[in-house]
Amino acid sequence: MAIIKIDDLSSMHLDVLKEIGNIGSGNAATSLSEMLGIMVDISVPNVKLLGFDEAVQFLGGPEKVAIGMLVRLSGDISGMMLYVIQESFAANLAKAIMGKESLSILELDEMDTSLISEVGNIMSASYVNAIASLSGMFIDISVPSLCVDMAGAILSVPAIEFSKIGDKVLFIDDSFIMGDNEVRSNMILVPELDSLNKLFSVLGIQ
Amino acid sequence: MSNLINIGISDLNIAKGDDTLVTYALGSCVGICLYDKTKQIAGLAHIMLPWSKESANASDNKRRFADTGITELIMMMNMSGASASRLTAKIAGGAQMFATNSAVFNIGERNVEAVKKVLATYKIPIIAEETGSNFGRTVFFSAADGIMQVKAAGKPTKNV
Repeated sequence: MAIIKIDDLSSMHLDVLKEIGNIGSGNAATSLSEMLGIMVDISVPNVKLLGFDEAVQFLGGPEKVAIGMLVRLSGDISGMMLYVIQESFAANLAKAIMGKESLSILELDEMDTSLISEVGNIMSASYVNAIASLSGMFIDISVPSLCVDMAGAILSVPAIEFSKIGDKVLFIDDSFIMGDNEVRSNMILVPELDSLNKLFSVLGIQ
Repeated sequence: MSNLINIGISDLNIAKGDDTLVTYALGSCVGICLYDKTKQIAGLAHIMLPWSKESANASDNKRRFADTGITELIMMMNMSGASASRLTAKIAGGAQMFATNSAVFNIGERNVEAVKKVLATYKIPIIAEETGSNFGRTVFFSAADGIMQVKAAGKPTKNV
């Protein structure tokens, strides 16, 4: 049965998406570890369908300033992915790579921006590769576009895109251990409905 | 006692007396503040898409769209004693949060355009506008004086 709205996802569909989240997060931890030259561990990611307000609360409330990175998916799957990191994560990255003691995300310099974009790139590619390797589909991703602003304003972009297919967003909550610090990041996946149906069909899930 | 009335995404409400309406973190969405100065009745709608007819889903929330959202807000204000002929509008939001060439991301601009067209059909003048650019905005709208306060991350607060 084709899915008409995102709310129609069965627990089996969700399990598949969770597995994609697991593989993607595993890939991401490995890539991050290579890039940073430190051990990066990851706990089992939390994959869920959240309403807009719930997702915003999860990110610390509508006015909490965060970094959002948006990539477009094309090829066999169309849609967008939004990767959100908090200031603490960005500060950890800046410390690990550039030895910076403090970082304010509202005052990122060129180096900070380029480092964070690269991490966004790696993270997005990790999830996309998880989908591609599971399904054998070809998926292309755009260069990430970066935005530092209030979480509610950042999330309005996928919310608008998602509103065509449902009132909920697919939310992956990751917790990484980098050295002595635990940092969290979130991936929000907005597939087009046709693409989602195609993915489930390729994977043999009805 | 003055109250702060929170308007979520795709929602709207009105306020009187000392009450203030607020909607947090407008990105590409647009906040429409309508005011009847004589009756001191304020209304605020937070829309996320331009036109209801572009939606494939007839059961969609009417407050999500500029056309049906603004119409409902005017009706609600009328019912509580405001007069459509006295209404003035202040609008905020409609930013382009992510830089790209894709038309989909230009939804902020399309939202602002739709809001202006709808307000024009009701002959409601826009007396202040804080729209466009690339940053999110929180809007407070006071029923007592019709002042719209716009807050943005890392920027000074504006009263218009």
